[in-house]
Amino acid sequence: MTMPREESNRAIITVIGRDQIGIIAWVSGRLADCQVNVLDISQTILDEFFTMIMIVDLEPATIEIDGLAQTLEQEGNEKGLQVKVQHEDIFRFMHRI
Amino acid sequence: MTITFAREEIQQTINMIQKENLDIRTITMGISLLDCSSDDIGKMESKIYDKITKNAGRLVEVGEQISARYGIPIINKRVSVTPIAIAAAQMNSEEMVRIAKALNKAAREIGINFIGGFSALVQKGFTNGDLALIDSIPQALSETEFVCSSVNIGTTKAGINMDAVLKMGNIILKSAQLTADNDGIAAAKLVVFCNAPEDNPFMAGAFHGVGEPERVINVGVSGPGVVAKVVKEHPNADFSELSNLIKQTSFKITRMGELIARAASKSLNVPFGIVDLSLAPTPAIGDSVAEILENMGLERCGTHGTTAALALLNDAVKKGGAMASSHVGGLSGAFIPVSEDAGMVRAVEEGALTLDKLEAMTCVCSVGLDMIALPGDVSAETISAIIADEAAIGMINKKTTAVRVIPAIGKQAGDRVEFGGLLGGAPIIAIHPYSSNLFVHRGGRIPAPIISLTN
Repeated sequence: MTMPREESNRAIITVIGRDQIGIIAWVSGRLADCQVNVLDISQTILDEFFTMIMIVDLEPATIEIDGLAQTLEQEGNEKGLQVKVQHEDIFRFMHRI
Repeated sequence: MTITFAREEIQQTINMIQKENLDIRTITMGISLLDCSSDDIGKMESKIYDKITKNAGRLVEVGEQISARYGIPIINKRVSVTPIAIAAAQMNSEEMVRIAKALNKAAREIGINFIGGFSALVQKGFTNGDLALIDSIPQALSETEFVCSSVNIGTTKAGINMDAVLKMGNIILKSAQLTADNDGIAAAKLVVFCNAPEDNPFMAGAFHGVGEPERVINVGVSGPGVVAKVVKEHPNADFSELSNLIKQTSFKITRMGELIARAASKSLNVPFGIVDLSLAPTPAIGDSVAEILENMGLERCGTHGTTAALALLNDAVKKGGAMASSHVGGLSGAFIPVSEDAGMVRAVEEGALTLDKLEAMTCVCSVGLDMIALPGDVSAETISAIIADEAAIGMINKKTTAVRVIPAIGKQAGDRVEFGGLLGGAPIIAIHPYSSNLFVHRGGRIPAPIISLTN
């Protein structure tokens, strides 16, 4: 696929932690609340550890990326999950020439 | 659409930040103060204060926004200004102290970590402004919190101003004496350069050179922990492979700097200057340049082989980093500050790393003798001789060298000093007992070397 434009508003959400029921429901619920569109999800469980990588589009969102990051990281913490929300450019810059 | 990044790539980036201390060390905004001149000290103080607070008022806020957006820590937000000896050339030494306080007040107001540029460039000789500024340094640094000072005493083109070298030995000692209760902290905010770069974002040596634009954004990256891990994971790699691994890692680290520099430049509407691709350690465990060298197969940093290991590291960092950024500048190389690097501290404590070996190491890496605590009874002349040696290395090798040493008043070799925060703490290193007095008192200039005649 073609490289995203520099001004894209896509973010990558990563969730890591002990597997439990309702992780995806919780994340996608929060995203729907803020009009954040989910573009792709990939999820695995390795040794009872849940890892999810989600690509989302914040273009239609009613929240800024830093606000979303704060909400998800804080709520994730309470559930024992490590959540990161990062603009996709950090990965694009590091891994694509 | 599909996920455009491999899971491993995403995981690697997150691990670098969370487990290996990858961070952006500093976003530094350079601001010209050339239009702040006035014969009236009161007017000049307010012009400087207004210009800095107006131009860099949003620096901290924007830094925090960018940090949240990309999920990468940005440790310091800083400002560098035109060397004050140029911008305030008409002031006397008491007025220079007042200007340092105006800089300090502006720094406090906008919430930055440091402000650099209380500086003079005297490689060829002193102007009245240079003399006033240099004389004011001990008081200015001991009565301010955020102000950093640097003095350039030599260049490859001009040679070494040995009168300035002698003067700076005294200034460093006096700065430490005035802040003896705080382990000589004022001397930790003062650096003496040969071949000082005009776009360096790192403290204490940052200043905004006269060839720079009105305002500019320079970014310094970090990341020794990331390199240390890569080296550790490949114990059997030969040197060609090792160099390639470091290059690849350095590329990735520097790309972060490029991304953050562009984002900050855009948000603040200030031109992007350079990314400084230095490996800058912190006292945190696992964020050490010494650890990289030890992971290459040295029992302790400072033993035989250390200079070769550092040469390979420094070169590979530059090769990888140079391709990652559109504009590389500043100091750009591996730093070896003793107090700021837990591995260096241990090596000194265990007697593996000496001042002489550190001097040899500075021939092949960025900067020079940095954050080194000296015995409190060191003479000004000995400090000057240390500066002269380091400046000679810089002058002959056409590279930046610097000396930031802290005489620990009332303490001796083997005792410890604590500066706190990113400056860390360090054991006091032993110095040679023999005098250099007659040498440094000769005065005059060491002529520029024959290699300076390149035209």
